[in-house]
Amino acid sequence: MAKPTKPPKPEELVKIDYNPPEKPWMEVPVEFKPGTFCYGTRPKYLEEVGLPNPREWSPTDDDWKLPSDWKDTVINGIGERLKKYRSFQLFMDICVRCGACADKCHFFIGSGDPKNMPVLRAELMRSVYRKYFSLGGKLLGNLAGARELTFDVFKEWWYYFYQCTECRRCSVFCPYGIDTAEITMMARELFNLLGCNTDWIAGPVANCYRKGNHLGLEPHTITSNIEFMLDDIEEITGIKIEPTFNRKGAEILFVTPSGDLFGDPGTYTCMGYLMLFHELGLDYTWSTYASEGGNFGFFTSMEMAKRLNYKIYAEAKRLGVKWILGGECGHMWRVVHQYMDTWNGPADFLEEPVSPITGTKFENAKTTKMVHIAEFTADLIRHGKLKLDPSRNDHLKVTYHDSCNTSRGMGILEEPRYILKNVCNHFHEMPEDTIREKTFCCGSGTGLNAGENMELRMRGGFPRANAVKHVRDSHGVNMLANICAIDRATLSALMQYWVPDVEVCGVHELLGNALVMTGEKERETDLRLEPLPGKEEDEDV
Amino acid sequence: MGALLSFFVVIVLVLIALVGVKGAGLYALFGIVIPYAAVTTFILGVILRVIKWSRSPVPFHIPTTCGQEKSLPWIKYNKLESPAGTLGVIGRMALEVLFFRSLFRNLKTELRDGPKLVYGSNKWLWLAGLAFHWSFLIVLIRHLRFFTHPVPAFVNMIDSLDGFLQIGSPHLLMTGVVLLLAVTYLFLRRVFIPQVRYISLPADYLPLFLIIGIATSGILMRYFYKVDIIKVKELTLGLATLNPEVPAGIGVIFYVHLFLISSLFAYFPFSKLMHMGGVFLSPTRNLANNSRMKRHVNPWNYPVKVHTYEEYEEEFRDKMKNAGIPVEKE
Ligand code: SF4
Ligand code: SF4
Repeated sequence: MAKPTKPPKPEELVKIDYNPPEKPWMEVPVEFKPGTFCYGTRPKYLEEVGLPNPREWSPTDDDWKLPSDWKDTVINGIGERLKKYRSFQLFMDICVRCGACADKCHFFIGSGDPKNMPVLRAELMRSVYRKYFSLGGKLLGNLAGARELTFDVFKEWWYYFYQCTECRRCSVFCPYGIDTAEITMMARELFNLLGCNTDWIAGPVANCYRKGNHLGLEPHTITSNIEFMLDDIEEITGIKIEPTFNRKGAEILFVTPSGDLFGDPGTYTCMGYLMLFHELGLDYTWSTYASEGGNFGFFTSMEMAKRLNYKIYAEAKRLGVKWILGGECGHMWRVVHQYMDTWNGPADFLEEPVSPITGTKFENAKTTKMVHIAEFTADLIRHGKLKLDPSRNDHLKVTYHDSCNTSRGMGILEEPRYILKNVCNHFHEMPEDTIREKTFCCGSGTGLNAGENMELRMRGGFPRANAVKHVRDSHGVNMLANICAIDRATLSALMQYWVPDVEVCGVHELLGNALVMTGEKERETDLRLEPLPGKEEDEDV
Repeated sequence: MGALLSFFVVIVLVLIALVGVKGAGLYALFGIVIPYAAVTTFILGVILRVIKWSRSPVPFHIPTTCGQEKSLPWIKYNKLESPAGTLGVIGRMALEVLFFRSLFRNLKTELRDGPKLVYGSNKWLWLAGLAFHWSFLIVLIRHLRFFTHPVPAFVNMIDSLDGFLQIGSPHLLMTGVVLLLAVTYLFLRRVFIPQVRYISLPADYLPLFLIIGIATSGILMRYFYKVDIIKVKELTLGLATLNPEVPAGIGVIFYVHLFLISSLFAYFPFSKLMHMGGVFLSPTRNLANNSRMKRHVNPWNYPVKVHTYEEYEEEFRDKMKNAGIPVEKE
């Protein structure tokens, strides 16, 4: 495997040429530039979940060790998916190449590579579709924009469909709602028919399948990680919290991405949850079996996603809870909101979620029976159930990043903002065209948050970072809040590269800071154990 | 390259009509047979295509949400951009189909020194697209007067509205001019915006040239080489009433016009022009954002291999017990 390369300096990276090359795109061969692609998966990860063609390979190899009938597999795979997904069939047929989506993709903005324009990304696949599935393409070939599927084309697909984070920003601007993410999903399913996943996606999938979470945290590690957080909470607040795990008969099952359990700043968000639930006296339990809300299966195939997602309802049933509460995560919520019930429902063994504190019925989660923690907390604040001291966040000037999935695949825009405005005094929005449904991706979603493709990530995250820089310069913003575990990791790296003085946090970390808990001691520090505003002098003495 | 090729194709089509009618005198072929064949291809083709599309199910509930979801009662939700029910979806689709809502959002991204990314409003494509589609529709409706007798009142009304400027004789109809301008803009942007040129296929230029050809021949026929309108109507009304006959003495320009239209109709179902029907079926637009409220069923959902809790506990039982986590089997 090639060694991870450091991305060039920001000054170098922004020298972006948006002019397409002279040669027509079909004649420009793909070039695997170091730092812009992920490693191919190790065989063991495929073996663990029973996916085909496990072998040692690397995308830079001349021979990918594909089975001899790989072409048929791909063509048949396309045919099957055209019949199963109207989105795929339709989006192959109706694009008019108006180009409205072209400069909407963060990867195009950050790289200038024309094949990162959503329309051209889709054409990579469409050209092959025409050749094998349309009359015009069969008869006229190249004249009709059709081309043969060759190994070079397959490699080109691989390179560019792992340069799409399925963020759906293009879909917002397309007059027909063509969602390139749908095409990327199909492409990735095809890669997985031939054992061509990336290592960074296949690893978490295998972990999650057997151990219950992407990070592969075993049950005792989960409890001990949480114990560390509890110690910190006790140090900060003087309060000892005792959460339960795998407890039958709890009212609520809490599921969050495992990123919250390991490594900061995710763990600070997790401390926020723990403190909130304790203060409420919530009858809830963690699960070590369903210990992952996220779903890297979603970046592999719909089937793999369903296999991983299965655990959530299964565990809710086994434990006999009434409903499920979900933590802060982006793609997890795309999956929960738009797929979970369809895959693994109906969840008729659960009850319609009702907040035990306010009595609010979450009618919007009537059938899926899973509530987003931002919905839950916003409702608490609205009903005056939380005592909050926003001045404890006065050292922070906060802005908010909408995750792609929660904004364009769910529409939860106001709840997190409502919470933020109640827990901190300094909140500033980024420019309008970079937030809400027009939000920019962190550049590392859909399993692209590996180490070896750092240049790609910094390019893809450039539009987001640039908007943060804008509010840092105009309002002195120093904290980028979000509701996504992947963001908490990826935006941290992104900020270090582009806007080094801005830190990243979850919304519930700031809530944890502001939450006045019954019986707490006077707080000296925030959840990061950094002195609170006005308490710095004590430190110095 | 693609543009030249498509231009050439349209020129050939014009020549075919000229030679066929003027040279070979194939009036019935160009006046009756080809138009019927084209309309039949159009109707059957469109129906078959839509059937093909609707045969593919919508396994998952995937609207692209462009606004606040319906959640807590005190949070104002966006009924049009993130509709929770059918009414909202109809509204969203109407905005999309009638006013090109999504295209209206269009922005131009620019990288300036700093580095600073700026997003400017960019409504030209929206404006031209809207002008093009609406004027095309009105031109089509105006043409109903060639296929009806008596001409319905609304057609006459549109006709006189369209000529409200009362310039020239016959009165200049605005929509014809707007159509030609808009389609020319669409062509020019395809050629002059580097990214758009880069993605353009011959199939993107062909409809533009066809429509330019149709509009030009129509305008020439109306204002310059005036054809015998009474005879034209005899022919078109004959076509519409399935009683076709070809009156002698209609200028050849009419046949060119008709042949280009026939070509467009016949080409339609096999081309990207099917976006007209496709937009209605687009699952990112025509579904309500209510997937946690209302269960969506996937017709091909099938059982998958899973890792059960029992298997999990089997592997980790000791570790769980040591960590004080309850287990099913002691
Ligand atoms: S905006 Fe839609 S129709 Fe236009 S080029 Fe992009 S995908 Fe195609
Ligand atoms: S889904 Fe996002 S990353 Fe993928 S092509 Fe569209 S804008 Fe680019």
